[in-house]
Amino acid sequence: MSENDIGTSRIDRHPILEFHRRKELTIYYHGRPILAYEGETVASALYAAGVRTFSYSPGLDRPRGLFCAIGKCASCVMNIDGISNVRSCITPVRNGMIVEEQKGAGTFPETTVGDYETASPELEADMVIIGGGPAGLSAALEAADLGMSVLLLDENHQLGGQLIKQTHRFFGSKEHDAGVRGVTIAKSMIEKVEASDKVSVLLGTTAFGYYPGGVIAAVKENKQLVKITGKRVLLATGAAENSLAFENNDLPGVYGAGAAQTLMNVYGVKPGDEVLMVGSGNVGVIVSYQLMQAGVRIKAIVEAMPKIGAYFVHAAKIRRFGVPIYVGHSIKRAFGNGKVEGATIVKLDDKWQPVPGTEFDVKCDVICLSVGLHPSYELMAQAGCAIKFIPELSGHVAVHNRNLETTVPGIYVAGDSSGVEEASIAMMEGKVAAISAAFSLGKPVGEKRKEADQMLEHTQKQLESLRDGPFGARGRNGKRKSFELYEQLTGARV
Amino acid sequence: MSDWQTEGYLTVDDLKEKGNIPPEERLRKAPVAITECIQEIPCNPCKAACPFDAILMETITAPPKVDFDKCTGCTMCMRVCPGLTIFMVYLRKKGGEEVGEITIPYELLPVPEKMSVVEAINRRGEIVGEAVITRVFPPEKNSGTALITMEVPAELLMEVRSIGRVIRGPEGVSR
Repeated sequence: MSENDIGTSRIDRHPILEFHRRKELTIYYHGRPILAYEGETVASALYAAGVRTFSYSPGLDRPRGLFCAIGKCASCVMNIDGISNVRSCITPVRNGMIVEEQKGAGTFPETTVGDYETASPELEADMVIIGGGPAGLSAALEAADLGMSVLLLDENHQLGGQLIKQTHRFFGSKEHDAGVRGVTIAKSMIEKVEASDKVSVLLGTTAFGYYPGGVIAAVKENKQLVKITGKRVLLATGAAENSLAFENNDLPGVYGAGAAQTLMNVYGVKPGDEVLMVGSGNVGVIVSYQLMQAGVRIKAIVEAMPKIGAYFVHAAKIRRFGVPIYVGHSIKRAFGNGKVEGATIVKLDDKWQPVPGTEFDVKCDVICLSVGLHPSYELMAQAGCAIKFIPELSGHVAVHNRNLETTVPGIYVAGDSSGVEEASIAMMEGKVAAISAAFSLGKPVGEKRKEADQMLEHTQKQLESLRDGPFGARGRNGKRKSFELYEQLTGARV
Repeated sequence: MSDWQTEGYLTVDDLKEKGNIPPEERLRKAPVAITECIQEIPCNPCKAACPFDAILMETITAPPKVDFDKCTGCTMCMRVCPGLTIFMVYLRKKGGEEVGEITIPYELLPVPEKMSVVEAINRRGEIVGEAVITRVFPPEKNSGTALITMEVPAELLMEVRSIGRVIRGPEGVSR
């Protein structure tokens, strides 16, 4: 697609989703007017207009496109209204906004201090929750129900985290919304949070620092410093997608699978026409299916392991539409002039080495990487929580006990930030963390306390049952390691 | 390692071995559910949705087994199955011969029109014949998942699990 084909990648009809586009706005990309819709991000508006390069790397001046599309990486940082290093993927459009590609590290802003809010409000709550994804939303509702005042922060401009992109029906137990689409579960939780008079929500607000005395520093709308303290704190910061080492892995068009999902399922923008998916785990296979629902062709799925990683039923769903899955294969290189035009695939031997002479090319305009995620643990580290590398939890995590409390009393974790699993587990963990936090504050009392005791025990059992079976082994073992480490480090028995 | 773990599709023999294929006389009686779900994954909405207790599952990770005598082919289980892996199958008498009637869950656009003729697709994504669409339970009545009932030659009853492009529209017009 040329950059003149404005708007052609907007999705109009979708089998599951309806896109209600709001007011039309204009942003200026190097002086060129671009159509945008209120409520979308700079990145989605540019992408819909055919822009693929967002920044150039320092030193080698290589073009960079999106990678995560959820504010976790720095691939899409741009100069926006004269400020460098603004994450275009989570910055909402505003009429008349001036947007430019960023070269290297950017420049110090010329804007004066007068453009900023100098007053820093100080906010407090019984329960401060950083991250409004499935874990954070579920914790907020539970904490409010148990009588706590809640402050819920998210750096995005809408609640829901990754849950608002999950158009598929969820697995799990009927009691916990299995068979219901993730988007539907998200909508219901968000409506409840918004209706609750116990929960204050602060969107577009990035928590960036955890200071001694338990002060969380956050910046609102890139303009105003906010100081936050909570009697109890839940860090439900989610996870970030992993990259993979191969030639030209930074070429615009190489995206995390979640980024493709964000573009198409939140903003209704087609990521491309032909996709190569790298990785056949549940994320890779589910996102492939969702891409097909958005009208995108999946050229192939490659998987380095000798077998398909996803639930069989997810794989079967795309196989019956003729999508080939190459197990024991990997991507060798991406190629293209300034953006992805194709990829070279190679067979791997049983020692994971490429087999010479087995290379073949696949023509595609997008390469999606679904090679795992790693927990976002930065705030936990700043807060002084013991951090350990637990491979089964997909990376470094704050060591936590069965009640999701970290080694710093009063700080809890839940969801992917405590170990990458899936959304149903995240929602249950959020609940467990909220109940534990309430109990530590002596809430609730009487009959309500008995109910909460039962709820806690019940939810713990549900978590165990979801981690049952061969697919649950990873999470089950990872969590066990964390609980044991907690005992060793604190001397406590929980 | 079984082939389905590397290929992503089951064969009829795989399903026979698991005991998931209803007996011939049951197939001739009325539509019946066939579950093509064979892994231990934590999932049970089909069991909860069945009004006849025809889906057997001891733990949440056990693969579902259908009690073919209790099953009425009512489609409640396939409407909620997140894996889109439950199908209704029926060997129906039509005039003097027998045809295969298959109902599949379908979540792509366009939704085929009733009486149109479409490519009949097997589990590997290959075109194996033609199917006549005989009933469409629209996606908006089932939170996005349409149920498409089609007629195929009887010998394709256990082969066809998807549909492809429209070959002829409802008025017999080639597309």
